[in-house]
Amino acid sequence: MLDAFGQPQSAVVLGGTSDLAGAVVRALAQRRLRTLVLAGRDEERLRSAASSAVAAGAERVSTVRFDAQDVSDAARAVDECFDVAGPVDLLLLAVGVLSHRQDELDSSATAEVVTATYSWPAVALTRAASRMSEQGYGRIVVLSSLVAVRVPRHNFVYGSAKAGLDAFSIGLGDALSGTGVIVQVVRLGRAPTKMTEGLPGAPLSTTPEAVADAVVAGLESRAQVVWVPPAARWVALARLVPQSLWRRIPG
Amino acid sequence: MPDGFRGQLLSGWGRAGATRADVQTPPDADAIVDLLSEADGRGIVARGLGRSYGDAAQCAGGTVVDTVRLAGAGAVDASGEVEVAAGTSLDTLVRHSVPDGWFLPVTPGTRQVTVGGAIASDVHGKNHHVDGGFCRHVTAMTIATPTGLRRVSHAQDGELFWATAGGMGLTGVVTSARLRMLEVDTDRMLVDTDRFVDLDGVMSAMEGGDDRYRYSVAWVDCSGPVRAKASRARGRPGVGRAVLTRGDHARAEDLPSRLRSAPSPPGRPRLGVPRCVPRGILNRASIAAFNEAWYRRAPAHREAEVQPMWRFFHPLDGVADWNRLYGRAGFLQYQFAVPPSSGDVVTAVVRELSARRIPSFLAVLKRFGPSSPGPLSFPIPGWTLALDVPLGAEGLAACLDRLDEMVAESNGRVYLAKDSRLRPDVLAVMYPRLAELSSVRRRVDPGGVVRSDLSRRLGLD
Repeated sequence: MLDAFGQPQSAVVLGGTSDLAGAVVRALAQRRLRTLVLAGRDEERLRSAASSAVAAGAERVSTVRFDAQDVSDAARAVDECFDVAGPVDLLLLAVGVLSHRQDELDSSATAEVVTATYSWPAVALTRAASRMSEQGYGRIVVLSSLVAVRVPRHNFVYGSAKAGLDAFSIGLGDALSGTGVIVQVVRLGRAPTKMTEGLPGAPLSTTPEAVADAVVAGLESRAQVVWVPPAARWVALARLVPQSLWRRIPG
Repeated sequence: MPDGFRGQLLSGWGRAGATRADVQTPPDADAIVDLLSEADGRGIVARGLGRSYGDAAQCAGGTVVDTVRLAGAGAVDASGEVEVAAGTSLDTLVRHSVPDGWFLPVTPGTRQVTVGGAIASDVHGKNHHVDGGFCRHVTAMTIATPTGLRRVSHAQDGELFWATAGGMGLTGVVTSARLRMLEVDTDRMLVDTDRFVDLDGVMSAMEGGDDRYRYSVAWVDCSGPVRAKASRARGRPGVGRAVLTRGDHARAEDLPSRLRSAPSPPGRPRLGVPRCVPRGILNRASIAAFNEAWYRRAPAHREAEVQPMWRFFHPLDGVADWNRLYGRAGFLQYQFAVPPSSGDVVTAVVRELSARRIPSFLAVLKRFGPSSPGPLSFPIPGWTLALDVPLGAEGLAACLDRLDEMVAESNGRVYLAKDSRLRPDVLAVMYPRLAELSSVRRRVDPGGVVRSDLSRRLGLD
């Protein structure tokens, strides 16, 4: 069960092999987390993430494999996670590929990014929402991004998919009102992780540890939207910039 | 809510962590046995007036038995005993019994709890050092279990009786209880008040003098640093100034003739708190200001003051829904008990809270007498301290975890009726007789259907 501070004893992490997910799991294991299901694509990396989780204090850790390109498999993957974990206090969605500057109009790359960043997660969240509604309680935390707030020109495919997932999650949270399930969206500045290696540093950047602290604090506050770093909330003002000007801003 | 899901959101008095359950309001004990025998692994648990602070009376995804329709009390017989339906509130009970001169043998800080809830938490009052907990005054009770209705007493299936006393509803649903009432002459109290500049002072006064009073409680100010500075300037120790009030029921001859009327029932709450309260009304500054005003109002020493009984026992019942003052974020109460020799833990806790600048309303300090035989009953001989803290205070979760460890190390425990955040492994240290509870539960509930969010969170299933 969740405690009064919103801290989970059992969690499922979709996209459990990322640096971010690892940092969040470590922070949760310092509090109350004992039962954990890590779901991801790469078996090797899942194993290594699982042993880090055990080292951090999680007692029962299992892994589930899925391929974020296979939307038809998303509900099955989520069901497997729930069946393995027992009642799930927290579902953390950390799935999504960051496309490096996609200047070319490459339709297959677009399909891949949109599938892994929006379609698969949306289906998975729908299934998780329904399982948690049956439980009568639960938290869903969706890692979103500042690019979802206003889609940058140079990263519009990924940005638009994140914007879609962000809006989907907010809508899902509203739809779940009264079920005991709470959906929280964590909008991240840039974190230096495996996905962003080689990209130049940016303002409003953050670290996996800062994200983990923000997730833990967010669980306590029950806020619908959590900004990391907190100053990132001012990015919302970017919505007011005229499009003619916005497209000239170097990404 | 999406189609196909019914039920309602329930949370504790602290208003954190709501979960959804199917709420049933069965008309009688037989209907409750039916619900219990039909229940499955999703669980079922009783709920009274929802005054436990945490998640004891909720059952996510399962069934919650609201005992509101189990209401009513018989006449108090010549020996002072009365049979009361478990959904009856203590408020209703005293309105019924006080005009005939019968008061509650033990009352918690509010009358807005049901008899069933008072049993499930084995509640205590200001007279614990003399009279023990609530269940000591329950001579018999009827419990609906998945295997049928059982009438138990100290002598008849005492094992089930005491597992239910303070058992947080985990043995079944109490449907009725026989309670031994306390005879009173008037509805007034004779109260002595003393003010102390620090915790050591009030604690030695309580050790030395509590035995002379039926009722004794001290209110301690944990909001440290602000005032600590002022106190240091005056060359006084800073942490834990306190006001001690002790007294007993006034007999008619103690009172001037105009106050000698027959006992009268309590008034209705005159104040309420609206549903929506802006964030942060209760913050460090407002809480410290309140604590300051309260301390200055108390006399340094006063004897035999005549006080209305209802204000003495239930000051907060004058304000309906006061828990809303903490806003949407909610709050929690931390209450622990430690043995008599561990008074230093009380001091350490107050010090820790004030050093961490965690805003806390007046804490309630009291001495406990002998414990009851219940394996999950909270009171143990020694000290107990209870304090309200708004959720959202920085570092609160980790701070309380440290306090738990201090309490557990001194063979103390926290009160499950207030709990919403204890670590399961610490619970087993604090309550070493959990196996006794489990064995009774296996006997009366072999399917393991009686469970709550609290029992799942603490690994009691």
